[in-house]
Amino acid sequence: MIQFQVSPHVLWSLGGLYAVLVVASAWVMMLRWRAPEKDRTELVQRIRSWWLIVSIFTLVIIMSRNVAVAFFAFVSFLALKEYLSIVPTRRADRRVLFWAYLSIPVQYYWVAQAWYGMFIIFIPVYVFLLLPMRMVIIGETKEFLRAAGLLHWGIMTMVFGISHIAYLLVLPEATNPSAGGTGLVLFLVFLTEFNDVAQYLWGKMLGRKKIIPKVSPNKTWEGFLGGMVTTTLLSILLADWLTPMPWTVAIAAGLLISVAGFIGDVTISALKRDIGLKDSGSLLPGHGGILDRIDSLTYTAPLFFHFIYYLYY
Amino acid sequence: MNSFLRFLFYGVFIRLIVLIILGLNVRHRERLPKAGPAIIVANHNSHLDTMVLMSLFPLSLLPKLHPVAAVDYFLSSRLFSWFTLKVIGILPIKRTISRGDDNPLAPCNQALADGQLLIVFPEGSRGEPEQMQSFKGGIARLAESHPTVPVTPVFLHGLGKALPKGESVLVPFFCDVFVGEPLPWTGDRRSYMRQLDERMRQLAAEGNFPAWN
Repeated sequence: MIQFQVSPHVLWSLGGLYAVLVVASAWVMMLRWRAPEKDRTELVQRIRSWWLIVSIFTLVIIMSRNVAVAFFAFVSFLALKEYLSIVPTRRADRRVLFWAYLSIPVQYYWVAQAWYGMFIIFIPVYVFLLLPMRMVIIGETKEFLRAAGLLHWGIMTMVFGISHIAYLLVLPEATNPSAGGTGLVLFLVFLTEFNDVAQYLWGKMLGRKKIIPKVSPNKTWEGFLGGMVTTTLLSILLADWLTPMPWTVAIAAGLLISVAGFIGDVTISALKRDIGLKDSGSLLPGHGGILDRIDSLTYTAPLFFHFIYYLYY
Repeated sequence: MNSFLRFLFYGVFIRLIVLIILGLNVRHRERLPKAGPAIIVANHNSHLDTMVLMSLFPLSLLPKLHPVAAVDYFLSSRLFSWFTLKVIGILPIKRTISRGDDNPLAPCNQALADGQLLIVFPEGSRGEPEQMQSFKGGIARLAESHPTVPVTPVFLHGLGKALPKGESVLVPFFCDVFVGEPLPWTGDRRSYMRQLDERMRQLAAEGNFPAWN
């Protein structure tokens, strides 16, 4: 079953992840013990969902490379489905949407084959050109541009963007002998999610000056900067274990993930605000839908990938 | 054998499609009846409606759970009849009555007397995708004859997008299922229909759905 050796560095980092969860759960238990009258359902649900996410993530990442690639394909599927379910699509485009879904297995097939050339152009070139053609065959011209743009944005974000996480898994192991592609995935996903939580907590503690009130009224400069500092520090700590980056490059990676994560977050917020939704779904109790969880990754995944790809591969 | 097939069909195949390919967003699941007799009333846009409603109930209730469906459509050929009666487990009734027929709702009355749970689509057909037609009055007759049986309204959204009438390709969409409070018998059929309509409209208004056209 296990095709590739999971390095001790990856296992230790996963252990660290569980330690963080234990601390979070203990903290919530303490909060409930100190003020039992307060309703903390959402917080409790959120941490419970984190346990589930981390458990599933651990399982697939240590099973085999292809299982992990298939898992990210499934994440893309859930994300695209959620996106297409909340945005206004046209009835005439039903079959086109079907083709859009088919792009997922094909894109992740290139990933599993480690065929970089196809991976990088399939969606921006071929799917981009194919879907409008399919729409023209149906022949509905009313709102054509809106429908084509909306579909392409969704596929670029939810399929192309997210598939970059999976491609980290198939990068040559020799460049990162101590942790391999798994280490890079862990580094990216953990820092992105950690940055989300850190920005939220710093904002809660010190937040005053709103950063982008029209899109996301709860985001503050204090949260943004606090998250940036914490994430960058953690990046320096983890880079040595999980990536080929020395500490100087790790600072840049930490800043990149922190800023990009924030932008991804508010981009999906803008989308939800446009549609008039608070959460994108109800798949993950306490978080909302899958888009609410992977919003930051839609930016950090491609950006971190090309950062590290340019420097080391 | 047939009940095993039915278990396999709903327990594995349908749950896989409904929970993984589609995905449900269920509100107020706790309002669903936990035992028979009971009537579940829903709007109808797709063959998937039945499959989604069936998958909301625990498999232990499966032997007692039956969608009420039209004789003319679902018993149109022998093989199809076997499938709809034994595997899907429909309770067939006539959509049109001619003079001299027995009460078309008699099979429903019998099933409720036996403690079964019935799924009823009072629109009578699937109609245009994502548009609700007015309910037909048979449901009020049924409620009148069984005033103590809970009638639970359920609003479904998105299934008419995933698999509308006349389409054979299933396109994945997350679907919404809003369960309402059971509607008690009001004393007369007209006010009952009005209240049922009103309750369905309220449930539909809980969502914020972009138009589908």
